[in-house]
Amino acid sequence: MKREPPQSIADYGPLFFPAGMLLIFFVVPFGTMIAVSFFQRQEGGFYTPAFVFSNYERFLTAFFGGVLGFSLMLAVTVAICCVVLALPFTYLLSRLTRRLQVIWLVGLLSVLSLSEVIIGFAWSTLLSRTAGLSNLLVKIGLLEQPVALFPSFGAVLTGMVYQALPYTILVLYPAIVRLDPTLMEAARTLGSSPIRAFFNVLVPALRNTIMATLIMVFIFALGSYLLPQILGRPQHWTLSVLITDQAIYQSNMPFAAAMAVFLVLVTLGLVALTLLIGRKGEKA
Amino acid sequence: MTHWLKRFYFLLIGLFLSLPLIVVAGVSVNAKQTLAFPPQGFSLSWYGEIFTNPEWRAALVASVILATTSAALAVLIALPLSWFLWRRIAPWANIFQVLGIAPFTLPPVITALGLLTFWATTGFYGQPWTAVIGHAIFFVTLPLVTLSLGFSAIDRSFVEAAATMGANDRTIFRTVVLPLILPYLVSGYAFAFVLSLNEYIVAYMTVGFTLETLPIKIFNALRYGYTPTMASVTILFVFTAAVIFSLVAKFGDLPKLLGAMASDES
Repeated sequence: MKREPPQSIADYGPLFFPAGMLLIFFVVPFGTMIAVSFFQRQEGGFYTPAFVFSNYERFLTAFFGGVLGFSLMLAVTVAICCVVLALPFTYLLSRLTRRLQVIWLVGLLSVLSLSEVIIGFAWSTLLSRTAGLSNLLVKIGLLEQPVALFPSFGAVLTGMVYQALPYTILVLYPAIVRLDPTLMEAARTLGSSPIRAFFNVLVPALRNTIMATLIMVFIFALGSYLLPQILGRPQHWTLSVLITDQAIYQSNMPFAAAMAVFLVLVTLGLVALTLLIGRKGEKA
Repeated sequence: MTHWLKRFYFLLIGLFLSLPLIVVAGVSVNAKQTLAFPPQGFSLSWYGEIFTNPEWRAALVASVILATTSAALAVLIALPLSWFLWRRIAPWANIFQVLGIAPFTLPPVITALGLLTFWATTGFYGQPWTAVIGHAIFFVTLPLVTLSLGFSAIDRSFVEAAATMGANDRTIFRTVVLPLILPYLVSGYAFAFVLSLNEYIVAYMTVGFTLETLPIKIFNALRYGYTPTMASVTILFVFTAAVIFSLVAKFGDLPKLLGAMASDES
């Protein structure tokens, strides 16, 4: 039985249910959201159909500019930290025996599937005064008395790196596993130390993968909505937090929707960039 | 020297990933209602609390029902779609593959807000079943990716042999295709199940005020009063995820599954 184009309406049968579900519950809600972003807000949490740009005009305020700038800066920092930590780790991981690799992968998947709520709770406990790291430092005499290490920028960054690191490793993993092992062997035979070989051979060979991974982790980090809230102060809130806040607590759906549309545009632009880099990589 | 450096690096990353969980595990066995570490006294009563305290038990039941049904619905959406794309030449139908992967690729807030406006507009906002549909759409990516991988691994000559012997599509699907893709189907379900169990924002935006799932319950407890039960639930979650992924690894090829998954997503 060869693959063939559908002959009759009945051949399209299997497509009806999935297509319907995706259209009704993803495309239509998405469209609704775009529509609402142009609606007029009314006092008391309601909104009326209209076609105004006032929700988008609010982007031009200094406050919004600050939040946007901070979100982008935070996501870039998280992406760089993650890739720097994950690259040598994933390489070493790919050299392990299969059994050990599977054990690490199960652990990484388990951490990756953790809810942001749980990650936020775990780190807020670890950084707290009563149960945290600082107690350990007191025990070994480095600190006079326990202190709370959050809320702070460092706490937000640590939490987000924790959240994104397993993701980064799993994105890098296939590319590094498929890398030609003779490449590194050649470098070693020619007298290069493992660390030099890593930087002079492996990193350049993976240049496109690294760029694409940076962008993917950046998008992943942009989506973080709870960690800045749990581990940071209001000045550490990101665009995702602001969208949730406007939608749920300020009941300003049109403004929340406008910010969401903006976030989608930023993300899609970056996905397009990733694909472009990927294509370039194939040609090279 | 480099050998020790390697060991040290593995230890460092392992410690970073497990330290928060170790502290939470410590907190979860406190004898009294304190969030102290190292724990004061030892008691497993906070694990019992998940099942005996009516509020936590209700949240657990809600989460498990939501995860079981939404993962099933995600598989029901993904299976016919990936079968169709494998069986037929219809390039335009790939748009649905893209639509299936989009919700998971975009920041989760987007999907959540889209569903919130949609349910609010249609008047179903707050109904428990809306969260099932929301999660199914949000996580349909996972079975979709594992199933496309499964279909691409099928040797088409098996199918041709069956067709030559006179089997129709239905028989071929039941006797040849289904047994071959079953491992991918199960792992797709497992991934969607675990992630749905942990999901917060979509559930919160669709049914947050009417139904408390475990992540929502933990978040509310985080705001309005700490209890070591939060810690015991966390450990239960990590344990569940580890068991499920170990089973996937035992019965399937985890490195292969992940290798192809990540390359499909990028």
